[in-house]
Order: sequence, then structure tokens, then C-alpha cells
Amino acid sequence: MNERTGAQEDLDAVLDGNAVAGSLEAAFGADMTAVPGRCAHCGAINMVGALRAWTHAPGAVLRCPACDGVVLRVVETAEATYVDARGAAYLRFERR
Amino acid sequence: MTAPLEWQLATVTAVREETPTVRSFTLRLPSWPGHRPGQHVDLRLTAEDGYSVERSYSIASEPERGAEIDVTIERIEDGEVSPFLHEVVVAGDRLEVRGPIGGYFVWEASIGGPLLLVAGGSGVVPLMAMLRHRARAGSHTPTRLLFSSRRLEDVIYRDELDSLAGRGNGLEVAHTLTRSQPPGWTGYARRIDEPMLAEVAAPLGRDVRAYICGPTALVETAANGLVTLGLPPERVRTERFGPSGT
Repeated sequence: MNERTGAQEDLDAVLDGNAVAGSLEAAFGADMTAVPGRCAHCGAINMVGALRAWTHAPGAVLRCPACDGVVLRVVETAEATYVDARGAAYLRFERR
Repeated sequence: MTAPLEWQLATVTAVREETPTVRSFTLRLPSWPGHRPGQHVDLRLTAEDGYSVERSYSIASEPERGAEIDVTIERIEDGEVSPFLHEVVVAGDRLEVRGPIGGYFVWEASIGGPLLLVAGGSGVVPLMAMLRHRARAGSHTPTRLLFSSRRLEDVIYRDELDSLAGRGNGLEVAHTLTRSQPPGWTGYARRIDEPMLAEVAAPLGRDVRAYICGPTALVETAANGLVTLGLPPERVRTERFGPSGT
């Protein structure tokens, strides 16, 4: 990663789920990038880290690499992190 | 379950110039659970008026170093954070950091190989953590790094990569210089393409694991190229850091 990650300088930048890993981990209490999820639009299963990310402010939009459908939206405010997961049919957490 | 991810004040203990535009910063962390090669940290700068800005930087060092990590940072001319880090920060300064972060773009010796690493510019940083760890762990996993840089003087970690590859423990490094090449250059001299990927990947066989990090265009080309060559998509892991020419 480098400064371009999560930066606002490059508005056309397509990043990936790694770019919002810190926000997600702070919200969920565990790493989310290695968590597989099923796209609610096309059914493709991808880890959150493999989703395509558009990270220009005010939030991040994570899209399915197979169909481009929106899987997750992540918005941070001063008080809270909002995660809109309507585009995920499920997220799968391994039992430890 | 690991400890919650919290901001902490890291102390800069060393600053080293890697190339004319790239520096490594050694950070000592008060509380560090240990990282996995490929993970990153978030770094936060806050101005006196409260304005704050966060960036993610890959960890360059191997976990065996303990509670001290290196981050290698390219200066982005119009960036908000990297010019400050390059021009202002010196040993003894403190920086707000949280991490380690990420579990997707991670390789450890126990995962095995063969391993194909593809980097563009400062995309080599998380892959360097993997290579340093591989060396420290005594791993002989067959590994090839294909590394795209603009010019020879822009090749990050050039001497260390030469030395790691010279140990005869199964690591080979192939460079491509896209902008200009010194006289007598025997490496590649073009952007990464499918024939180049095929040549570099071929000796590793079909069960290779690939990690690709760099500018978005390079990552797309390399990932699509490897899948076209027959690698299952789930064995190709990518980390994009935005558009830029290498």
C-alpha cells in the first residue's frame, strides 16, 4: 500500500477491499479482508479484500469483481462507522 | 480473537533513503501483537486545527524483527501525507499508527508455494516483507519476483534483492525497466505483459500462488494474464494502490 491507497487525489482510482481494512477491523473487531462473502446480485463468492473499492469521500463503495454490483458501503463519521451490507447475500466467518 | 485495533504513538527510530523518491521509516511500537507478511498499518496525521488525514502503508519488514517495523513510503508529489513524512519527519519523532491490518494479502512460509510475486514500483513493499520473512524462516519455497520499475535508480531494495537472490535458496528476481535502461541491460525493458508473465511463471509449474501489488493497471494486467495462463483465480491475490505509470 502507499499514499494512493484511500487517498482522494485520484478520483478514478479503483482500489480493493484492503483499502478499507482498517475501518472494517475497527468496526467489526477482527480482520474482514479474508472473510468470504456472496454477492447478492450474481452469487459470486469473493473475499472482502478482493472486492473492487472506490474510496473517494465521503465513503467507500465495494463492488463485486464479477458483476460490478455494490456489495458493501462503508462510511465513517466522527461518531461511528456505517456498513451497508445490502449487496451481500452473506459473509462467512470461520468458527475458531 | 485478537486485541482491538487502536491508535498508538509509534516512535521513528531511523529514516533511510531507498531511492531518490522512496524512504523507509523504522517505527518502534509500544504495543505490537506481531504482523503477518503483507499486512499494512494505517498512519494518521492531525493538524493543530483538528484536521486529520489517514493513509495506509504496507509493512516492509519481516515479523521476526519484533515490535519494530519498517514502512517504505514513496513520495507522491501532490499527496497530503508522504511529502510531510519525507521532508519533516526525522528519527525521534512520533507518529500515530494502528495495525497490523489485513489478512487477505498475506503470505507466510507455512502457506508454502511455489510463489510468484509481481510488483510495480512501491508495490514491492508488502512482497519484500514476504521475501525477508522467507529468508529469516529458512524457507526454500521456489519463488520468483517479477519487478517493474521505471529506471534502474528507481528500483527499491535493489542491493538487498540481489543479495537475497544470490543465496541459492530458490529465489529468483527478474527486473523490467519500462522507462530507460542502462547500457548492457539484460533484463526486460517493457511493461509487464502476458509473454513476460508466462516466461517468469513457467518454471514454477501449475500449483503456483501469486501475489500482485502495484498500480491498478499493472495489477489488472498481471492478474488477468495469470488467469489466462491457467492459474485458478483463487490462487491470485492482488493489492491495488491506484493509477500511475511505471
